Amino acid sequence: MAGKGTTYEWQNGAVAWFDRRLPIFSMMRTELVDYPTPRNLNYWWNFGSLAGIIRVIKIGTGVMLAMHYTPHADHAFDSVERIMRDVNYGWLLRYMHMNGASMFFVVVYIHMFRGLYYGSYKSPREVLWGLGVIILLLMMATAFMGYVLPWGQMSFWGATVITNLFSAIPLVGESIVQWLWGGFTVDNPTLNRFFSLHYLLPFLIFGVVFLHLWALHISKSNNPLGIDIKGPQDTLPFTPYFTIKDLFGLGVFLIIYLFFVFFAPNFFGEPDNYIKANPLVTPPHIVPEWYFLPFYAILRAITFDIWFLSAKLLGVIAMFAAVLILFFLPWLDRSPVRSGRFRPLFKPFFWLFAANCILLGVVGAKPPEGNWIWIGQLATAYYFAYFLIILPLLSIIERPLPLPSSISTAVTAMGIGVPARGVAE
Amino acid sequence: MTRLRTIARGMAATLAVILLANPALAAGGVEAPRQQWGFNGIFGTFDRGALQRGWQVYREVCASCHSLEFIAFRNLEGIGLTPEQVAAIAGEFEVQAGPNDEGEMYMRRAIPPDRLPKPFPNAAAARVANNGALPPDLSLIVEARPFGMESFYKPTGADYVYALLTGYHEPPEGFVLGAGMYYNEYFPGHQIAMPPILNDGGVTYVDGTEATQSQQARDVVTFLTWAAEPNLEERRQMGVGVTLFLIVLTAFLYATKRKIWADAH
Ligand code: HEC
Ligand code: HEM
Repeated sequence: MAGKGTTYEWQNGAVAWFDRRLPIFSMMRTELVDYPTPRNLNYWWNFGSLAGIIRVIKIGTGVMLAMHYTPHADHAFDSVERIMRDVNYGWLLRYMHMNGASMFFVVVYIHMFRGLYYGSYKSPREVLWGLGVIILLLMMATAFMGYVLPWGQMSFWGATVITNLFSAIPLVGESIVQWLWGGFTVDNPTLNRFFSLHYLLPFLIFGVVFLHLWALHISKSNNPLGIDIKGPQDTLPFTPYFTIKDLFGLGVFLIIYLFFVFFAPNFFGEPDNYIKANPLVTPPHIVPEWYFLPFYAILRAITFDIWFLSAKLLGVIAMFAAVLILFFLPWLDRSPVRSGRFRPLFKPFFWLFAANCILLGVVGAKPPEGNWIWIGQLATAYYFAYFLIILPLLSIIERPLPLPSSISTAVTAMGIGVPARGVAE
Repeated sequence: MTRLRTIARGMAATLAVILLANPALAAGGVEAPRQQWGFNGIFGTFDRGALQRGWQVYREVCASCHSLEFIAFRNLEGIGLTPEQVAAIAGEFEVQAGPNDEGEMYMRRAIPPDRLPKPFPNAAAARVANNGALPPDLSLIVEARPFGMESFYKPTGADYVYALLTGYHEPPEGFVLGAGMYYNEYFPGHQIAMPPILNDGGVTYVDGTEATQSQQARDVVTFLTWAAEPNLEERRQMGVGVTLFLIVLTAFLYATKRKIWADAH
């Protein structure tokens, strides 16, 4: 979204007048219509625009929910029930917002695994990827605080458990926790600041998404072959080719998303959150939302002290490291080949990594006892080994398959319908 | 093709992990048997007769201990009563109002916008009357028990409440029951402070239905499911329309996509 860009001759006088003063129409034309897009993008490239659309749906429904929600420990739960029962279509707003959070994570996780498989994090897209990781961190904070707002049992106890993690920090831990809470337990001040931040962060995310797209349009999209664009024959204009493809993807996505909204709106939720928060009654199982489960499993995998570091502190460090390590990924994986298609050794390790993430999710949902402990530790070990050992090692020992000479030779001309990989193998 | 196969294999493995992990989930207590409910499924709706009988059971039996705080009299139009009937029902209750000009609180007849009165002024009073246990508010009870309102394969909150109400029996030998506690098959830990309150013929239905224990339990569970989400039917109806619309729209989008891409290969 560079400001300079081309300017266009506009037919409409008013548009032309405005565009000479602020070339917003030219910019939209450059970035959304003419933007040269690799012609071989598959459907995994739909998930970025889907994430953007969910962002908008979430902000829209969220702003309307906030008009009826009361951020007070004594009234929050009741006000949410009023939204469900008395506000016109309040139930629809709330269920769309709730399930939107789950869908957001589904879509963004797929978006990220797409990047992991096709090597989209590699040069020249390191900044684009890093901005993505910042978005992920902001999303997690937003979702966590949003879940506290209905002030049900899981809201309250989830907030208590997670904020308490900071008490593991040596010396200042306790003070930090009290500072976060605004008191000596999770209570009304906590709820108030969480509401304020839950309203703020999505707009920050919006800003970072803008930078993300700017970076994307500088380095251009990667593609399933992972090779660079060599010329105009390799690309198609974004409109109409990819606008219609994204719209079709949106249709499919909405069918799935709204299926949950209308027919199983509490599928991703916890029944306990329909019980008003009660500081005196601890629920038997405190589980975070499903999208945090893999990280929760990593948090609990560390059950031993090392030297003067407590198991709890190490768990917290491991959990944060699990996200932060993504920042360093472009420099850990040194293989010059981007796409996993041409990396025979990388492929099995990648799929094992994906399965391992799901396994971590299952472990996160289980009480930390019996076999689940060592399964969780093994899975955590693989999670980190993938980044710290396997990828660096593969960069050295792997012999990638020969790459096609260009996108267009691989996917068009002599081979209508001949898939790119056919050329490669 | 091999890529598709890899993906399929990955998905099968994932599913296996999830399914294998599942029995452990259920190990916490005795699982309630799944019942056939008219309100289950995408096209499920509430039987209006059952709702009204369930309201009668709630009012005559449960209301002496349990509140239903999110339901106002006016909501009862949702179980198929006319506004006149609702106004008449409200008129049979008294609610506290005030303060008046003298600063006094006073009792007046309820009107449709009033919430249903609660049986106890506060939690402490409720505990004193119930052997130290607190009868929970029932507005969301169906949603607040495992698997809530809708589940594709697991027993729902409705199945659980039904099983609870009909699941009392003598404790097995060796089971030590606390004073004033009752043995219930389905309650976690099996000791519940709520006495078995539903008996054959315990209420006399105005519509003449025979009031067996299981009939009353079914009716009151239907009513409580409605109370947990009075918009349930509207939600699903709208869902059917929206889904059909989206399927047609998406089909058109796909056709358009094919057409646009026809020259691009
Ligand atoms: C005599 C008072 C009394 C009456 C009448 C009564 N209950 Fe209860 N109920 C209780 C008490 C006390 C508890 C709390 C039990 C405990 O925690 O051990 C309870 C708990 C419950 C629970 C929650 C069980 C759980 O999983 O936590 C449900 C559901 C319930 N009652 C339904 C009903 C229904 C439906 C009726 C009417 C048919 C009813 N009750 C009538 C006293 C009563
Ligand atoms: C609010 C969340 C996000 C939004 C709205 C968003 C949006 C987008 C969009 C519209 C694209 C272009 C279309 C596409 O390639 O799918 C894109 C590309 C990309 N995104 Fe995101 N994104 C989000 C989160 C993330 C996260 C969390 C990461 C990784 C940590 C990430 C990494 C990338 C990368 C590497 C690309 C370039 C992909 C390529 O060209 O191959 N994004 N993003």
